[in-house]
Amino acid sequence: MEFYRSHVLVCHGTGCTSSDSPGIKKRLEEVIAQKGLEKEVQVVMTGCFGLCAMGPVVIVYPEGSFYSRVTVDDVDEIVEEHLLKGRIVKRLLYKEAVEEDETIKSLEKVEFYRKQKRVALRNCGVINPENIEEYIALDGYMALGKVLTEMQPIDVVNTIKESGLRGRGGAGFPTGVKWSFAMGGEGQKYVLCNADEGDPGAFMDRSVLEGDPYCLIEAMTICGYATGATEGYIYVRAEYPVAVDRLQKAIAACNEKGFLGKNIFNSGFDFNIQIRLGAGAFVCGEETALMTSIEGNRGEPRPRPPFPAVKGLFGKPTTENNVETFANVPQIILNGAEWFSGMGTEKAKGTKVFALGGKINNTGLVEIPMGVTLREIVEEIGGGIPGGKKFKAAQTGGPSGGCIPAKYLDTPMDYDNLIAIGTMVGSGGLIVMDEDTCMVDIAKFFLEFTVDESCGKCTPCRIGTKRLYEILEKITNGEGTLEDLDKLEELSTYIKENSLCGLGQSAPNPVLSTYKHFKDEYIAHVVEKRCPAGVCKSLLSYEIIADKCKGCTACARVCPVGAISGSPKNVHVIDKSKCIKCGACMARCKFGAIIKK
Amino acid sequence: MKTLQELEEIRKRTLETMNLRKESEGTRIVVGMATCGIAAGARPVLLKIMEEVEKRNLSGVTVAQTGCIGLCQLEPIVEVYKPGQEKVTYVKMTPEAAARVVAEHIVNDQVVLEQTVGRFQV
Repeated sequence: MEFYRSHVLVCHGTGCTSSDSPGIKKRLEEVIAQKGLEKEVQVVMTGCFGLCAMGPVVIVYPEGSFYSRVTVDDVDEIVEEHLLKGRIVKRLLYKEAVEEDETIKSLEKVEFYRKQKRVALRNCGVINPENIEEYIALDGYMALGKVLTEMQPIDVVNTIKESGLRGRGGAGFPTGVKWSFAMGGEGQKYVLCNADEGDPGAFMDRSVLEGDPYCLIEAMTICGYATGATEGYIYVRAEYPVAVDRLQKAIAACNEKGFLGKNIFNSGFDFNIQIRLGAGAFVCGEETALMTSIEGNRGEPRPRPPFPAVKGLFGKPTTENNVETFANVPQIILNGAEWFSGMGTEKAKGTKVFALGGKINNTGLVEIPMGVTLREIVEEIGGGIPGGKKFKAAQTGGPSGGCIPAKYLDTPMDYDNLIAIGTMVGSGGLIVMDEDTCMVDIAKFFLEFTVDESCGKCTPCRIGTKRLYEILEKITNGEGTLEDLDKLEELSTYIKENSLCGLGQSAPNPVLSTYKHFKDEYIAHVVEKRCPAGVCKSLLSYEIIADKCKGCTACARVCPVGAISGSPKNVHVIDKSKCIKCGACMARCKFGAIIKK
Repeated sequence: MKTLQELEEIRKRTLETMNLRKESEGTRIVVGMATCGIAAGARPVLLKIMEEVEKRNLSGVTVAQTGCIGLCQLEPIVEVYKPGQEKVTYVKMTPEAAARVVAEHIVNDQVVLEQTVGRFQV
């Protein structure tokens, strides 16, 4: 085994990869070889560090220098200065990670990481996801070893039950209870991993797949042993090519090392895993639709009961969990149920990963104990809202969830608290919205998504969501009436109560929750024909204030449709019938003479 | 994979190579690698230190570099930080002296006095 004095970790999550972290790694290796340092310095690709807003991220150990927004052009300087001469390249350091006296802060002390507790993401950004030995070094496969050599299936299920782990995919069903349903009985059974992460804005499952694929494989194998299944399927969306590639490599490595296959740990237990790619349909994240899709049929849900634990994949008993749920399992086995239940709130144990996005400074992945408040997430971990704007609401649960308005900023985030205020944890997407966001427009945005993604099998969802969308469109166009608002509520309730699967049952949630918390905005659209946030174009108009206009002609020149007329040094006028409300004139005017109404 | 011992072996072996990635409280050997240090021959010293650390399988020891500390005429300079002890600064280092420092100071806790900065004061 080679001894390296320095490790250079380069993030290869999807975010950093798309800003060319592979190019950075390649250049690092080239320059390191040129300087003859290849026996001293090791370049390691890792999964996501979480702070995607600052990507591409490169961390150099032993110093722990956190370089952010690195480009290929910066590589020569890093090698020459840092790796050869030991001089840290200060201009590239993430500024939050430097103390006032210019020494490097440990990462745990950086505001973004300080309140985080990494369980599901514990190896992401730490190990090389294509090197199984690094996973083993950090206690990988110790849990499976323990399960297969020391524990009976019922002990495993009881441990998971006692830990209080609940499904992280949305519904929050107790995982141990789910596993116990599939126990007993003879014949073929399956373990299924739902990696069809479809909520707009959520990408925690992708990060686990990309950063720590072995963890998922180990957990599924443990689940197989506990429930008596010998076959596992991972259903992952084809839009995650990096994740699929790493999973395939990880499965191959596990087969080669004997962590999958026959007679694992000489226990007589056999387990195999196959990957199935989803073709991008949101409904396939619903468990019955997912199974139908694996079976080779069109991805449509089927009524429950029978539940998957009784009659699931290919008609056999099936245990299905989401990626993040599985990612907690090996740690629970190793550290014990009490360790896990010591984190979180009374009814929600452990941690939850949130994908922080929208109007927030630190876009990225955060894993926090259940019960941390939204305020802590937004103001401390997330670093606040750009431009000093005011927080308006946060959307959780994606198109199936709802919004949390500012008055609930101090609500501890867990399953039941969020349900109580009309939204849900969901898969963990957390989209922050500032004062410039129109809540009616947001509801329309999410509904447009569900209209597109409705599979069409049941009428309430197929036609109901479309009609609901049309009402919202009418309102944002300034053609809505008070009667439409009543219809909106009535139809939403009808769709929720009558749809076949979770997609339809939850589709009206964004409408209902924004209507509940921001009714005044809906009324402003309908009664005053005004969009308070200034977003809905049909309700806007741009005007030039005559007193302020200097007649510089800048606005007239930038207008793409020639809607502004006026001669130099004279007041200009906007022709509202031609104006497309793009806002280019307002952005260009140096005198603040153009206003949006 | 048939036995837990097999797993444990891989774990231990790989963990050694990854220790670097966590903040350790262990011993740090820091080599001055600014232009003056490199010109005076710091690279062979650094390589020798790494070789010795690797050969002896020393865990919890990190080898790092630093810039110029301002004593250019006494380069190559190597500083040793042991937990709970005062920093020791070695000057005018050679690969041979570096090997002695690892063997005597790092392993056996005996400072190699004649290489320390105190003995070289002008």
